[in-house]
Amino acid sequence: MKTPLWKRLGFYAVVAVIVLQALFPFYYAILTSLEDGQALFDVNYLPAAPDFVNYRTMLTQGVFGRQILNSVFVATVVVIFSLALAVTAAYALSRIQFRGRGLLLLTVLSVSMFPQIAVLSGLFEVIRFFGLFNSLWALVFSYMIFTLPFTVWVLTTFMRNMPVEIEEAAIMDGASSLTIIRRVFLPLMWPAMVTTGLLAFIHAWNEFLFALTFLSTDSQRTVPVAIALISGRSEFEIPWGNIMAASVIVTLPLVALVLVFQRKIVSGLTAGAVKG
Amino acid sequence: MAKVELVNVSKSYGDVEVLHDINLALEEGEFVVFVGPSGCGKSTLLRMIAGLEDITGGELLIGGEPMNDVLPAKRGISMVFQSYALYPHMTVFENMAFGLEQAKLSKPEIRERVNKAATMLQIEPLLDRKPKQLSGGQRQRVAIGRAITRDPRVFLFDEPLSNLDAALRVDTRLEIASLHERLTGTTMIYVTHDQVEAMTLADRIVVLNGGVIEQVGTPMDLYENPASQFVAGFIGSPKMNLLTGPVAENEGAATYGIRPEHIRFSRDEGLWIGRVVLTERLGSDTFVHVKTEGVGMVNVRIEGRADIEQGETVHLTPDARSVHLFYADGTPLSRKFMQ
Repeated sequence: MKTPLWKRLGFYAVVAVIVLQALFPFYYAILTSLEDGQALFDVNYLPAAPDFVNYRTMLTQGVFGRQILNSVFVATVVVIFSLALAVTAAYALSRIQFRGRGLLLLTVLSVSMFPQIAVLSGLFEVIRFFGLFNSLWALVFSYMIFTLPFTVWVLTTFMRNMPVEIEEAAIMDGASSLTIIRRVFLPLMWPAMVTTGLLAFIHAWNEFLFALTFLSTDSQRTVPVAIALISGRSEFEIPWGNIMAASVIVTLPLVALVLVFQRKIVSGLTAGAVKG
Repeated sequence: MAKVELVNVSKSYGDVEVLHDINLALEEGEFVVFVGPSGCGKSTLLRMIAGLEDITGGELLIGGEPMNDVLPAKRGISMVFQSYALYPHMTVFENMAFGLEQAKLSKPEIRERVNKAATMLQIEPLLDRKPKQLSGGQRQRVAIGRAITRDPRVFLFDEPLSNLDAALRVDTRLEIASLHERLTGTTMIYVTHDQVEAMTLADRIVVLNGGVIEQVGTPMDLYENPASQFVAGFIGSPKMNLLTGPVAENEGAATYGIRPEHIRFSRDEGLWIGRVVLTERLGSDTFVHVKTEGVGMVNVRIEGRADIEQGETVHLTPDARSVHLFYADGTPLSRKFMQ
């Protein structure tokens, strides 16, 4: 059956609108980051005179490089901790029968119910108590409040759908628990782990409020706060060029990660394990 | 190469006992089928032998050694699962080699054993494929192959054919039978709810119902001398006619059992008279369902083709030597011979 021309045209028109809506702000950020001084205030949609001076300023002056490393550290450690805890928790929650399992799952989920601002002051006390103030571990600790509930939930659901018989076959084959996790579970759970890990990474990378509250010195800050606090030569100047250059720099790693892992994200490896 | 003995074995989940006091001795090299309706505990029993379920009471011996607390992989058993349970991310070769790797065999030996099993099952061309690139029948062969490579003393099958379509099921059944011929000395335990599989494959059948063994015996034993009404109704296809009412009471029993193939059919004369309700023609046989006065619905087998119309009046005569009589609790009256 052939789709009528107007339908196909309509479809692509809608796609174009969505793409434009999603990408134009980013495109305009790139455009702005390539302009300097007065050129910023001329409205144009194509690069007029590309100039990388903003990037140079951001990367060579001040502590922006250090701040990027802070972000990378926090986000990576959050992902590693979240996945390690979530995989083991998911195994218990999906495979081991124990009293209060459903209640525990709901409790885990309910943690993510509170708005950040509601837990902020209490959390601040906790972090002071542990002596983590102005340390990156404060962020690692607090971000897991948000990343763990969904990593645990997603991985629990995923593991629940994995046939028990595969695990039993491995037991019959003489594999130890660790071997089963390493050789059987992890290869099958890759897609789910990559997806949840990526979401946790993005969350940790973008988080603002905790990063603003728990860190006090410039060299400890992570990028979202750092960008917000970029100031101009006087209090009446907002250095849009620098801000946009910094934004583009911190966006690129996320784009790269998604592009690298997109295949994993969509693949369904369990197909063919059982009757299908 | 090993006897399997179950001594007073029971299984309970909390307060609920699902298997009661199972006593069973399986000879070396024997093909034993556990059969029964769903929920009778047959799969649980198999999984207890495999070591996937704890034994809560009694003792399991394989080759004379107690196995209650031995790890599944150390019991010398292999299992073929209903869903095949192949590792989806591994090739067929890797699937078959996985257990051997865990047993720390050398690479050449693994290769040799996998190739031998693959030749036996004619799956050599598939060794590099992933499970999702295989058909259902091929996956089942790989699952069997994976079990063979471990060179087990006891082979366990958990409803291995129930995911296959009808034609493939018959082929695979024959294949399993011939596998048993070739793997001499390997004890095989096979769980199914399909009594045809049980009858065709088994040296001995164990009929389970409600967590107890109803009867153990050769297929023909069970067919000819069912030890309970349950076995009588379960073994044989189509089902034995189990008639209640005057026809049973006249014999001093609660139930009067007669197989469809043990009733003589006539248009002119017979013990019972009735009207044909339904005719099923299979080509080789014709099954006629007759509503019989004072007796009830009776299913009769006629060999070959029979042109019988619905509503026709027919006469039936049960073969007196093949009548099975049961008390209300399902136990049999000693067989009655009416000469």
